[in-house]
Amino acid sequence: MLQEHAKIVDFIATAEGVTGRKKLQKMIYIMKKLNVPFQEKYEFHIYGPYSEELAARIDELCDMGFLSEALEDKGSYVQYKYAVTDEGMEFRNALGSSFLQHPQAAALLNGKSARFLELTATLLYFDHLERNEQIAKLHSVKGKLNFTQAETEEALRFLEELEQLKHS
Amino acid sequence: MSYATQKLVEEKVFKDPVHRYIHVRDQVIWDLINSKEFQRLRRIKQLGTSYLVFHGAEHSRFSHSLGVYEIVRRISDDVFHGRPEWDESERLTVLCAALLHDLGHGPFSHSFEKVFNVDHEEFTKAILTGDTEVNGILKKVSADFPAHVAEVIAKTYSNKQVVSLISSQIDADRMDYLQRDAYYTGVSYGHFDMERILRVMRPLADQVVIKSSGMHAVEDYIMSRYQMYWQVYFHPVARSAEVILRKILQRAKELSESGYKFKQPPTHFLAFFDRSFTLADYLALDEGVLMTYFQLWMNERDPILADLCDRFVNRRLFQYVDFDPGKDYKKLGELAALFEQAGINPEYYLIADSTSDLPYDFYRPGEEEERLPIQLLMPNGDVKELSRLSQVVDAISGKRRTDYKLYFPAELLIDGKKKAIKQQILEMLREGGV
Repeated sequence: MLQEHAKIVDFIATAEGVTGRKKLQKMIYIMKKLNVPFQEKYEFHIYGPYSEELAARIDELCDMGFLSEALEDKGSYVQYKYAVTDEGMEFRNALGSSFLQHPQAAALLNGKSARFLELTATLLYFDHLERNEQIAKLHSVKGKLNFTQAETEEALRFLEELEQLKHS
Repeated sequence: MSYATQKLVEEKVFKDPVHRYIHVRDQVIWDLINSKEFQRLRRIKQLGTSYLVFHGAEHSRFSHSLGVYEIVRRISDDVFHGRPEWDESERLTVLCAALLHDLGHGPFSHSFEKVFNVDHEEFTKAILTGDTEVNGILKKVSADFPAHVAEVIAKTYSNKQVVSLISSQIDADRMDYLQRDAYYTGVSYGHFDMERILRVMRPLADQVVIKSSGMHAVEDYIMSRYQMYWQVYFHPVARSAEVILRKILQRAKELSESGYKFKQPPTHFLAFFDRSFTLADYLALDEGVLMTYFQLWMNERDPILADLCDRFVNRRLFQYVDFDPGKDYKKLGELAALFEQAGINPEYYLIADSTSDLPYDFYRPGEEEERLPIQLLMPNGDVKELSRLSQVVDAISGKRRTDYKLYFPAELLIDGKKKAIKQQILEMLREGGV
């Protein structure tokens, strides 16, 4: 009955914690685009793919005591750090084994910055377009972030790496 | 004169209980309203199952869509017109986006989307850009016009000011549905001074702001929204009907996949069961079609499908209790086992449901990127985020409220055999043991 909650706990446990709400949003989005069966619905929220359902589920998991949410002061802004609690691990184990077929993807994503994941997720959001249109759209909706050609190419390479992982 | 600027010989008006009149002068808008995809919205209720609680809530997505169009028309033609920060060339794009923003909604959208893993926004885009009457009309404006309208609705359009008129924390969509839903449900919440808000809206680069003198009208709007969510949209009895609806669709799918011989085969659903659906399959559905199946399936041999349909059609809804999933998830498993022992399938008759809402949120630089905050325009030209000035809004900002309910058929636990087990279940439910 709480399978969707368990998947999020499982993912964060596998990633050994995630720092940043934005980062977590993009990580789950990218996993979902790689056909990992997360059910949270995403929309484009002005600045990128965003799921209200995921935000709600994270809040619920914190209320339930399965996730801890720590606030880190970064000077000009704050960042939320999520980790699975002991109760969360018990919950995860009670609802069955891990559903992630490629747990290394969680670590790969966690090793990237929020900015890079934002770029990658946005490219994925427009993956129905031709490559040149996809990149043009990225710059149209993310103009203020000034993604460089090198960053974009790196993101596209990263997506290929994730695709290969999926088929391994 | 081009099609984009072509006007009707005489203005058309629709009588409307919320806005009094809805005014149409543009030929494009008139043609869109008369398209079959837009007329289909007459057959989809705005509030899904809420009519089973608020009997007046039979209004359609058609009337809501007209209402959103009318609000945006007033903003564009009366409030923003002539202001240097407003690009008049966006007028038709934003009017079409307002009118068509809900075009992809299906029958009982929320349940249908969950069971069949489809997204009404994808269907909106498909209707706007695919082989449809709506697309034919939009293409007459220009070849790329359908894509532009679709981008505004999908929030990927380059002009954020235009997007925020349709999708933001104070947009035309919300301003219409709060008032319309309040009117048709008959509740006293949901009303706010929209006239005042429209008068103090101002276009700025990349956003729409509210003059600070209108702050109290905005506070009232936020509180109206908060109350409508908890008193109407999340009403536990309407959620009970939603739960049953979901389970009907799930059962029909399961039976179909298992080779069950229906007396009334689920012809309209087959393409959704195996995910081979086309846009035409989706557009062939409306709430009349679904209700017809539910009525016919009341006579199916499968007792679960027949019972669930009877419950939905005749409003024999599930009872509910509050539960705390953080504490009670293990007991939920025990309860499901007891349901099995009692001969009641927990997959269809024991359902945990949660709902939550964030009444207002603000943007945290460097961290979140979700909802654009409501910005107030100060007399000196500065812009300040609403919750920094309003104590009322600050009190509820960023605070999510969640409600968990467990739904079950109370009368099945009283009647028939296996009374001892059923008694044990009832005690667990009564004691809040789940």
